[in-house]
Amino acid sequence: MMTDWPILSAVTFLPLIGAAFIFLIRGNDEAASQNARYVALWTTAITFLISTLIWIDFDASTADFQFVEKHSWLGGAFNYYMGVDGISMLFVILTTFLMPICILASWDSIKTRVREYMIAFLILETLVIGVFCALDLVLFYVFFEGGLIPMFLIIGVWGGKRRVYASFKFFLYTLLGSVLMLIAIMAMYWQAETTEIPKLLAFDFPPEMQTWLWIAFFASFAVKMPMWPVHTWLPDAHVEAPTAGSVILAGILLKLGGYGFLRFSIPMFPVASAEFASIVFWLSAIAIVYTSLVALAQEDIKKLIAYSSVAHMGFVTMGIFTGTEQGIEGGIFQMLSHGLVSAALFLCVGVVYDRMHTREISAYGGLVNRMPVFAVIFMVFTMANVGLPGTSGFVGEFLTLLGTFKANTWVAFVATSGVILSAAYALWLYRRVVFGELEKPNLKSILDTNRRELSYLVPLVLLTILFGVYPKPILDVMHVSVDKLISDYNQALMMVDQVKYALKP
Amino acid sequence: MNVLAEYMPLLPEVILFLGTLLLLMTGVFNEQQGAKVVWGLAMPVLGAAIFFLIKDWGVNAVLFNGSFVVDDFARLLKVMVLLGGIVTLYMSVTYLSESGLFKPEYTVLLLFSLLGMMMMLSANDLIAMYLGLEVQSLALYVVASFRRDSVRSSEAGMKYFVLGALSSGMLLYGCSMVYGFTGSINFEDIAKATITEGAPSVGMVIGLVFILAGLAFKISAVPFHMWTPDVYEGAPTPVTAFFAACPKIAAMGLLIRVIHSAFPEMQPQWNQIIIFISIASMLLGAFGAIGQTNIKRLMAYSSIGHMGFALVGVAAGNREGIEGVLVYLMIYLIMTVGAFACILAMRRNEEMVENIEDLRGLSQTNLPAAFMFAMLMFSLAGIPPLAGFFAKFYVFMAAVKADMFVLAVVGVLASVVGAFYYLRIIKIMFFDEPKEGINEMPSQLKIVLGLSGMFVLLYVVYPNPIIDSAKLAAKALLPTV
Repeated sequence: MMTDWPILSAVTFLPLIGAAFIFLIRGNDEAASQNARYVALWTTAITFLISTLIWIDFDASTADFQFVEKHSWLGGAFNYYMGVDGISMLFVILTTFLMPICILASWDSIKTRVREYMIAFLILETLVIGVFCALDLVLFYVFFEGGLIPMFLIIGVWGGKRRVYASFKFFLYTLLGSVLMLIAIMAMYWQAETTEIPKLLAFDFPPEMQTWLWIAFFASFAVKMPMWPVHTWLPDAHVEAPTAGSVILAGILLKLGGYGFLRFSIPMFPVASAEFASIVFWLSAIAIVYTSLVALAQEDIKKLIAYSSVAHMGFVTMGIFTGTEQGIEGGIFQMLSHGLVSAALFLCVGVVYDRMHTREISAYGGLVNRMPVFAVIFMVFTMANVGLPGTSGFVGEFLTLLGTFKANTWVAFVATSGVILSAAYALWLYRRVVFGELEKPNLKSILDTNRRELSYLVPLVLLTILFGVYPKPILDVMHVSVDKLISDYNQALMMVDQVKYALKP
Repeated sequence: MNVLAEYMPLLPEVILFLGTLLLLMTGVFNEQQGAKVVWGLAMPVLGAAIFFLIKDWGVNAVLFNGSFVVDDFARLLKVMVLLGGIVTLYMSVTYLSESGLFKPEYTVLLLFSLLGMMMMLSANDLIAMYLGLEVQSLALYVVASFRRDSVRSSEAGMKYFVLGALSSGMLLYGCSMVYGFTGSINFEDIAKATITEGAPSVGMVIGLVFILAGLAFKISAVPFHMWTPDVYEGAPTPVTAFFAACPKIAAMGLLIRVIHSAFPEMQPQWNQIIIFISIASMLLGAFGAIGQTNIKRLMAYSSIGHMGFALVGVAAGNREGIEGVLVYLMIYLIMTVGAFACILAMRRNEEMVENIEDLRGLSQTNLPAAFMFAMLMFSLAGIPPLAGFFAKFYVFMAAVKADMFVLAVVGVLASVVGAFYYLRIIKIMFFDEPKEGINEMPSQLKIVLGLSGMFVLLYVVYPNPIIDSAKLAAKALLPTV
């Protein structure tokens, strides 16, 4: 069933309208701030509710783009072209789901310039949803890059001590990666005479051109992802960003890279993707082992989780480039699961940070005595981060490793050892923060999670466990689209092989 | 009557010329209120000129035995420089009256230089080109040193004059070479002469190089940029705003017309030159601005960089490239006047302040202004979805079409470096704590800043007028390609 009203535009631009409302709120007193908070919360909540209609009305039996909208834009050369398929739809839902949580998480912790903060978040939501819905390359790029502006301000204005350094690093690093993609987009336009993604998916780029285009896109997505060795902006950005900023960064912005690989690199440049797959495998394997080891040595909780994010994204890239059903579906599932789990871990850090105003691991210990509920919640997410069966983290890791085992056994072997390392750093973190004697005097009066915090942590716990034991609803939605992706990919590779053999005498 | 009808396309220039003369007289004979009256009457004069330019859209005419051409390309750029002139005049009034510089000559000189620019944009032979350039420059030399009791301002005017005269000399030398080798001063005849000759002779190439050097000075492209930071810093701020906007647009338009109508057959030769100055300007603009602490100097380096980006479209040498340059110039004009509206508002007590540090914490003392200025900075850096991104987008698009990948890649990398110093201004306004506030913005500056800020924000929604007019103008210049 298709809705006849522009639901994707509504979901994309509703936050912008909310931002406009907040902009109109007058006054600088506490009441104005409180109003801004409520407007932002209601806007994001309504956006989420509308976006669930997309899932309900989504037809999982076709790989075509759905809810398509198309209007002439930029003087007719490009189109305002929106639509979702099984790969992108879930990311839209993930975004709209995490946003109200972000607003709730910053309810008390953001005290200065609340209006501006909420406006920045709502604009960010519009831009991120737009990235996942855009079916025109130029439109995609506009949304993709536009997200830098609000994120730069969020880190820079409301961040920690080294916020200026972190925000500049974040901005320039990601911009540097993306501008090369822009040149590639232009080259694609002159080659294919269109920037519509559905048409480009069917277009065969000459193999030698694919190599260059692939590299340019890779430069952008590898930085966004982030892949080793261009991951160094992430720990800085994470540590300095306010809690909700980290949640968005880990939960959604990191997924843009993986989504880009699935939407552009693999289907549009299949030959180059197959050629470069082994490089990506090894980069991913190195990322998994190396960043896990680095995570072991961290003294800052947020930094530790940031490095673990890099490791988990390694599984995603590895899975995506296997070109197998398990690998790709596992990669997508891992991204969605990581969107919930890492977001939740940052929220947990936010809970204790709001009370103690430090993220040093050594400043904590024995929290279980004063905060039993928090200890349970934190445990669930730690286990999901490790990939314990029964949590959503397991499904993604298992599927990607399965796919990789088929494609490259050695890489799968190295990556699997990363799973052990992740257990090591995550459990050790948990032991140091939660268990042990409650010795620190200033921890003696710490309070357990309050109702507001529970209101966003409990749904995350439930979803993490639900998708761990019953991943079918997620996998079903993406199945047909992934199948089409893989069959197109294999067909393109076969054609190239045939040409090769035909040329041989 | 027929004779008059023939010269009707000249009407905007005639209006501006006669109007300026009348204003000059008004200023001379009205000592008390002269400045104010002249300033107020200049707006309708410029408005009437713009009106008659727009009214005749699509009409092509060649006058004075082929030395003066009126087409959509010239018309669009003329509208741009006149609009830039109106806005900068409108913004100057508070600054001038507060620093005791509000004199009728100021307005009259700006109008004369605008007249010179219109002449440049319609020039179709070497003499007309030189005449236009000189009318424009001579007026500007004077306004650069308009603050006569200030050493810096006099120095700026002097420097601008000496180097400007040097560049005029080079231009004339180039013109004489071209005339000597082709026997003609008309652009079309020069083009025809180069076709029949086959491979261009060394003399022609030398002539071309000198003409381009002279023009590169006017758009302050590297390596002829040295005057820019000093003149920008020394000249009174409204004059700097005018320098940043109008003369560059006019000179860029002239450059495009010269290479496409007079030297179409020498594309391989001028292409190398343009590519070089484009890359050099982009890189120098980006790296040179990093260390600046004075915001006017920073804007000087920024404008050098922006001219480099616009030259990317010129280097592409195709119609898309020209469209791209025109879109670039329109967006650049609007961003520049917006940015200068904010710079003009940087006053503390009775003093003009010019250090970037003086903007500290502006977001907490004057959020709307800080927000708009930040959007302009992001736009100048070329971040989507703001207008500045699309400006860069079209010129790089043209370069990629012409297979100039090295140029495009260097360009986008330079834009990343450039993003750094724009971000630094935003950082100072948003991340730092306020020092002392700056004065309340005068209402004219508020209006200009607000309009240009809205433009960069909303360009993405409805850019059609800008793109369509650029397409028409590019078509007028290169009908066949």
